[in-house]
Amino acid sequence: MDILQLIVSGLANGCVYGLIALGFVLIYKATEAVNFAQGDFMMLGAFITLGFTNADHMGLPFWLSVILAIGIMGILGYLLDMIVLRRMFGQSQVAVVILTIALGFVIRFIAGLIWGHEPQSLESPLSGLELRFGGLVLGMDEVWVIIVTLALTALLYVFFARTKLGIGMQASSQNQLAAYYMGIPVKRIHSMIWALSGVVAAIAGILFASKGSIDPTAGLLGIKAFAAAVIGGFGSLPGALLGGIIVGLVEPFAARYMPAGYSQIFPYLILVVMLVVRPHGILSQIQTKKV
Amino acid sequence: MRIVFKTSYDADIRLFKHKAQAFWYLLLFALAILLPFLISDFLIGEATLVLIWAICGMGLMVLVGQTGQASLGHAAFMAVGAYSNVLYQEHFSMPFLLSFPLAGLTAGVAGALIAMPITKLHGIYLAIATLAISVLAEDLIVIMEPLTGGVSGLFAPDIEIFGFVFNRYGNPVELYWLVLFITFLIVYLYRNMLRSPIGRSFAAVRDSEVSAKAMGINVARTKMVAFAISCFITGLGGALMGHFATIFTNETFNLIMSITLLLIIVVGGLGTIHGAFFGAIVFVMLPLVISLTRDALTVFADSGSVTIPGLESGLFGIILIGFILFEPMGIYGRWLKIRTYFELFPFYRKDMFRRQKSYLKTERTR
Repeated sequence: MDILQLIVSGLANGCVYGLIALGFVLIYKATEAVNFAQGDFMMLGAFITLGFTNADHMGLPFWLSVILAIGIMGILGYLLDMIVLRRMFGQSQVAVVILTIALGFVIRFIAGLIWGHEPQSLESPLSGLELRFGGLVLGMDEVWVIIVTLALTALLYVFFARTKLGIGMQASSQNQLAAYYMGIPVKRIHSMIWALSGVVAAIAGILFASKGSIDPTAGLLGIKAFAAAVIGGFGSLPGALLGGIIVGLVEPFAARYMPAGYSQIFPYLILVVMLVVRPHGILSQIQTKKV
Repeated sequence: MRIVFKTSYDADIRLFKHKAQAFWYLLLFALAILLPFLISDFLIGEATLVLIWAICGMGLMVLVGQTGQASLGHAAFMAVGAYSNVLYQEHFSMPFLLSFPLAGLTAGVAGALIAMPITKLHGIYLAIATLAISVLAEDLIVIMEPLTGGVSGLFAPDIEIFGFVFNRYGNPVELYWLVLFITFLIVYLYRNMLRSPIGRSFAAVRDSEVSAKAMGINVARTKMVAFAISCFITGLGGALMGHFATIFTNETFNLIMSITLLLIIVVGGLGTIHGAFFGAIVFVMLPLVISLTRDALTVFADSGSVTIPGLESGLFGIILIGFILFEPMGIYGRWLKIRTYFELFPFYRKDMFRRQKSYLKTERTR
C-alpha cells in the first residue's frame, strides 16, 4: 500500500514537471529556441489565478479566474514574442537562452513586487477533497493533475501531428527560410506558439498551486522540468510527459530508500547519465542526415 | 584613424598594434596601481571584488567567447577552486603561494574530466549538461560534509605570503595590489594564449566546427583544452573569492552565481578581455548605485528608506535584456562604435555594424 501511495504522489508530481516540460518542448518544436523562463511563466500563471480568486485579493469565483488567468497568460506570451523575441529572429539559440534567463529574473522580480515573497496557497475547490479506494487515499488535486496532464498532452500531440497549423509550426522550426517560401507566416506562428506555451504554463501553475503553496522562487522548479524534457527527448511531446513522470517517480522513492541529501541529486544524476549515454533522450527526435 | 601596415607575419600577433595603444594600456595599468591613493578604503574593497569577478569572467570568456561553448555551470568550478585552496592550506599546511596555483590546477583537471564526455554535445544540450553540473556540485558539497563542512561551510584563513598577512579588513589596499597583480598575470596569459596556435584553434572551432575539422583541428581535444583552461582561470578566481568572502558554504556557489557569471560576460561584450572587466564593473557597481539612489530619494521624499527585495537581480535582468536586444556585442561593442564614430568623423554611417540577416535551421537533423 505504501509503495502504491508513493507511486500516485510521484505520478502527480511528475505530471506537473511534465506540464512545464511540455511548455519547453512546444517552443522548441516550433521555434528551435529554449525558453528558460518557462518555470517562471508557470509561477506567474499560478499567481495571477491566486490574485483573482483568493479572498484577500479579489475574491472572484474560481473557474472564472482560471479562465481569466489562462487568457491573460496566452496574451502575455503572444505580446512577449511580438515585442521582445521577434527582434532575436534568426539569432543563435544561445542568445535566446540568455535572453530568457534574464526574462526569468525579471518575472520573478515583478511577481515578488506584486504578490510578495511569502509562500501562499491557492484557494481551490480541488484541494482538500479525498478519494478512498480501500486503504489507498488519493487527493482530489492529484487525480486532477494526472487527468488534465494526460488530456493536454494527447490534445497537443494530435494538434502537431494532424492539423495544418501544427505541421506549419514544425516546418518553421526545421528551416525558417524554406518555411517562408512555402507561404507559412513564420513570425506570426512563433507568436502563436508562445501564446500556447503561456496557456500551458498557466494550467501547470494552477495545478501546481492547488497541490501546495507557491512563492516567486517556485519557477526554479523549471530546472527539474528541464531534466524531464531531456530525459524524454527534447522535441517530443509524449517524451516530455514520460520524462516528467520518470523524474516524479524517482524522487519519492529516492527520498525514502536513500540516505538524506542523496535523494535530491537523483533527477540530475539521471540527466547527466542520459546526456552522456543517449544525448537525445528516450524518444529521440534526431535523425542523422544522410548524404 | 591610424592605419598599421603589416610588413611581417609577427605584426599580426603583436601584443599591441602600435605604440599609442601600448601607451594607453600602460597608463591604465599605472592608474590601477595608483587607485588606492585616489579613492576610499571601502571603494578599494569594491574594486578588489570587481577584479575577482573579472578573473572569473575571463575564465568563462575563454569557453563562451573564444570557443563558443555555452556553460551555465561555472560556479561549480569556482567552488572547486575555493574549497581545494582552503583544504590544501588546512590539511597539507601548504603556503598560499603553492595552494593557490594548485587550486586552479585542480579546477582545471576537474573541468577537463567533465569535458571529456560532454564535449560531443552541442548548443542547448551542452547548456543543460553544465546546468546539471552546477546543481549537482551544490548538493555534492553538502554530501561531502566531513571534507567541506556541509551547510556550515568553510572558513578561509588570511592570505599569507612569506609572513606578510593580507586581510580584507586589516589591509585592503595591499590585498587590492595582490589581486591586481594576479589579474595582470592572468590577462597576460590570456592575451598570449590568444596569439598562440591553441587560441587560433579556439576561434576556428567557435566560428565553424566543420571548417575547423577540415583545417586539421582536433575539435574534441580543442574543446577539452578550452574547458581545462577556462576552469583553471575560474578556479583561481573562485579561490580568491573564497579568501575575499572569508566564509563560504554550498549556497555561495549556487546556480544563480553560474548564471550571473554568464550574464556578466554578455553585458560586458562576448569574445573580448575588456568585456569581462566591463561586465564585472556593472555587476559590482549596480548595488552601490541602487543604494545611492535610494539614499538620494529618501532625502527628497523623506518617506523613510524603502527597500524592495530582489530589485538588484530584477534590474540586472532588465539591463541584460536591453543589451541582448539592442547591443548584442555588449558594452565593449558600444565603445567600439563610439570610437569608430570619432575616428572616422564625419564619415561614420549607421549601418556599419549592422547584423547580417540570418535564418535558423533545425539542429535536429545533422
